[in-house]
Amino acid sequence: MEINYRSLGLRVGLEIHQQLDTKSKLFCSCPAKLAPEDSRYHEVVRSLWLSKSELGELDPAAVYEIARGRKIVYRVPEGHACLVELDEEPPHDINREALLISLSIAKALNAKPVDEIYVMRKIVVDGSNTAGFQRTAIIALGGYVEDEEGVVGIQTIALEEDAARKVAEGLDYVVYNLDRLGIPLIEISTAPDIRTPEQALRVAYKIGLIMRLSGRVKRGIGTIRQDLNISIEKGERIEVKGVEKLELIPKVITYEVVRQLSLLSIRDELLKRGLKPSDVSESFVDVTEVMKSCGSKMVRTNIEKGLRVYALSLPGFKGILGKEVCPGRRFGTELSDYAKAWGGVGGIIHSDELPAYGISEQDLDAIYRHLSLSRDKDAFILVISDYEKAERAFKAIVERLRYAFVGVPRETRGANPDGTTRYLRPQPGAARMYPETDIRPIRVDSMLLKEVEGLVIPKPEDVYRTLIEEHGLSRDLASQLIRDPILHLYLDLVEELRGVTSPQIIATTIVVHMKSLKREGVDVDKVGYSELAKILSAVGRGELAKEAIPEAIRAVASGTSLEDFLKSFKAMSMEEIEKVVEDVITSNIEYIRAKGLDKSVSLVMGKVMSIVRGRADGALVSTIVKKKLQSLFAERE
Amino acid sequence: MFSFNDLITGKRRRSRSRVFTLYFAVNSPCFLYSAVWCVVANVKPGDLIRVITSGGLVVEGVVLPSTEFTSEKHIVLKLSSGYNVGVSLENAIVEVIAEDYLKLGALEGSQGVTVIKGKGELRMAFVSTGGTIVSKVEYETGAVKPALSASDLVEFVPELRELAEEIVVSDFMRKLSENMTPEDWSRISEEVGKYLRSGADGVIVAHGTDTMAYTAAALAFSLRNLGNPVVLVGAQRSSDRPSTDASYNLKACPVIVKEAPFAEVVVAMHGSSDDIYVLAHRGVRVRKMHSSRRDAFQSVNDLPLAKVYVRERRLEVINRNYLPRTRSSEVLLMNKFSSKVALLKHYPGIDCEIIDYLVDKGYKGVVIEGTGLGHIREECIDGIRRAIEEGVIVAMSTQTIFGRVDLDVYTTGRKLLKAGVVPVDDMLPEVAFVKLSWLLGNYHGEEPAKIGSRLTTNLVNEIGGTQSLSVFPRWYHGD
Repeated sequence: MEINYRSLGLRVGLEIHQQLDTKSKLFCSCPAKLAPEDSRYHEVVRSLWLSKSELGELDPAAVYEIARGRKIVYRVPEGHACLVELDEEPPHDINREALLISLSIAKALNAKPVDEIYVMRKIVVDGSNTAGFQRTAIIALGGYVEDEEGVVGIQTIALEEDAARKVAEGLDYVVYNLDRLGIPLIEISTAPDIRTPEQALRVAYKIGLIMRLSGRVKRGIGTIRQDLNISIEKGERIEVKGVEKLELIPKVITYEVVRQLSLLSIRDELLKRGLKPSDVSESFVDVTEVMKSCGSKMVRTNIEKGLRVYALSLPGFKGILGKEVCPGRRFGTELSDYAKAWGGVGGIIHSDELPAYGISEQDLDAIYRHLSLSRDKDAFILVISDYEKAERAFKAIVERLRYAFVGVPRETRGANPDGTTRYLRPQPGAARMYPETDIRPIRVDSMLLKEVEGLVIPKPEDVYRTLIEEHGLSRDLASQLIRDPILHLYLDLVEELRGVTSPQIIATTIVVHMKSLKREGVDVDKVGYSELAKILSAVGRGELAKEAIPEAIRAVASGTSLEDFLKSFKAMSMEEIEKVVEDVITSNIEYIRAKGLDKSVSLVMGKVMSIVRGRADGALVSTIVKKKLQSLFAERE
Repeated sequence: MFSFNDLITGKRRRSRSRVFTLYFAVNSPCFLYSAVWCVVANVKPGDLIRVITSGGLVVEGVVLPSTEFTSEKHIVLKLSSGYNVGVSLENAIVEVIAEDYLKLGALEGSQGVTVIKGKGELRMAFVSTGGTIVSKVEYETGAVKPALSASDLVEFVPELRELAEEIVVSDFMRKLSENMTPEDWSRISEEVGKYLRSGADGVIVAHGTDTMAYTAAALAFSLRNLGNPVVLVGAQRSSDRPSTDASYNLKACPVIVKEAPFAEVVVAMHGSSDDIYVLAHRGVRVRKMHSSRRDAFQSVNDLPLAKVYVRERRLEVINRNYLPRTRSSEVLLMNKFSSKVALLKHYPGIDCEIIDYLVDKGYKGVVIEGTGLGHIREECIDGIRRAIEEGVIVAMSTQTIFGRVDLDVYTTGRKLLKAGVVPVDDMLPEVAFVKLSWLLGNYHGEEPAKIGSRLTTNLVNEIGGTQSLSVFPRWYHGD
């Protein structure tokens, strides 16, 4: 589908969270790094309590989380969390190192520091913060990033503490590790100035690059997270949380636009059918007896376990639930998300996806008959659970369905790895924030600013120069790299393989080889950072010829381990190469003698390389070929 | 009403006039923008304003009242995102967008006595005296006020309603516990006694944690012939935050009132860092042992009376040695406390004249927190002897917190005994202090020797008993 984003009034804002590479956490002196997996830990069990918000109204996000009533278990790894993380001791003074780094990043983004920093408490009641709030402070306002499609404003830059790490979860409990809680994060929020998915990627990349160029931010999985605020004119502003891969941003935006357009067309269809929100009734019925002998083993097993099957009738809704809202997700999937989140049920079964799951045509007829519905016009939803959960699930489904007559509901959604999104929770109101009274306001005085002056972040132009002058890359390669998010990968690899593998080989591998292999249809995404680093390090150590890099990537992508590949493809010794060269010369001796030295080189070279490619370095082969041919002709003279 | 001048404390006049002067200077932005931008007068909390600072920062937000932390020439603005930021008004351009945009300071709890009806059977009273447990933050400003009324609190613990037929909620005092005095103990005892005599099955007292143990002891001595439990409850984390321990501790209180087989004054606080159980500590054996943890309160030289599993609403007695519940409402109030008792901690090189000073000031009792088995530097013994001769009761407790005093073991001890010092066995120094204040208040005119013997006579399990190996905490030794 061709989408004209400008005419739809697409507006996107980015919220980028990046862990800072400080020695200690933001409000205590525990190390700002994750605990090793085998760390000894204690466990503390807690629950959270709902407080009245500032307006005396209950914040929907808070109600939602508390309504789930889950037990929260905190894992406290020794040496990686103290009483501060456990909410058993007031926070210490703010980490000055983190303050300096974030102020210097703010400066690089042309933002102005505030005169006094106030740490706030942002209510978060999912348990990921032991206190029930996250500490966060605006440190600067009003910057901008330049982009070819127009300047994008930076609204706020905040310094905040990272949340605890979820390690396990069940219906009535959740387990968090406290090692991550309190690691300093910088949060950069742009204005909704972004107009196209590609622009969002460029801006996210540019902000990410500036942060990494500070040299003071953490690298690796989970250290950076992107959230998106996406809206179209006729739709709604949707928050999408947790886009971990930069490259996914355009896809997430496109899918969200498609989803909003689909929801609007569902609304139009409902209105066209003459349906009203009041046609969606909250009453549901027990159809366990009908389903007891249905063709679905899954349904029968659950009934045997004591669960019941409940059905909600949706007269006039035939075909609506089956409408696709974005690739692989139907409107029914959206309803299912609500049922899961609010009812704690496993999901729903709706009539537009039936027959399926072993539920046959006959079963379908039986349900329709039992509910007195028409198979041509009506729809229904089944939930398999106990009564209490079904009630909560249907309540959420009914509310969501009624909103379908209005359009797109305001939601916080989570990004899936394929770029689609799923419902997480309603959007929090503005009432979630109040001052952290345990921390005095921090003056941004001239002394602090002077220290910030000392931390100069290189500009992207400086990196371009470094690529050429220090890494020895061609202008072409350097300018390709600097425009591409893959630069991060490159810089990481150069850093890791310093003194082992040359930057040129690294650049060629990820810019040229990876891309052409991808075009060939090789699943290069399967070759992660560590595999790539291993391949390149093998090249640097002489275990693999650089000509064999594409072969190695191809092998790893198809599931072969690099070790196995290296065994089968071991680099040849000098003697082995000489032997091959001699063999080639011998079997082509007539031709060589006829053509003479100069013209024979390319022929021999070609034949030798076709045998040794990947196992021997081309330059080395060339030297040997020339040497052997020269000595051959020298013998004759 | 605040005015702009009130916000910038100190040299108000001068800074304001300077702002104005610069506005009308030739190069001032005043010539670039309309005159509206230059009017600063009467910017007050609650107004929505836009500020362009001399540093080029552009901020729009609601003006918040100044706090003890606000520095001169700075103003705190609440942004639409909910964040607060401080901006400097020096040479700034200020535009008032809307006056009284946000109503501030409306946070007030109801005061006085409220009666709440429930569908249970218990009759309870809830007496709020202040402290973290009833403190509430004003979300805009962050100012903490003891404004969460007791009835608000009951609203937050629905169990109270389920278990109770009637709860009399008394918003009695709004005091942080460091400000409590023996005079306050008197008043609280009277209030609690009033409800017990009118037939309450138990009384819950919300109290700040810092001196809660002192008040608990005071109530234990002043409410004689107690027939039902009195539960003191507090919070280590304020009730505005989702992680507060207030709700959990509070939920345990009606369970204690309902299930307790004992009629004692107890302190109900977290048993561990977890939200798993609350402990009901005997009020005369409990001590705040940590400055911030939820489980700061622990029983010393004794086992807590009971564990309360809040989720299950179950009470498990763990100490069989208690004063049994008679359900009698014939409580006898003996609630006078002398304010002429001092608690004196010994330290190396202590100036012995401190004792003379106390005697000269008319003190009637001194509880010394001595070292080890109950010692104070020998040089002080003369002064102590003089004090006792003048009718002052000098009691000896120990700063080791755990264990008994024993003045027979060392020479210094024997000299102190000979001088007439009263060793208080395993009574906590704070409890000895409260008890002596109570004795001197209610047995006014009795011979010092008689008072001294009352001090060491057990009343409510505050003194004596066997010391088992397990009541001393096992510390962490890295294994």
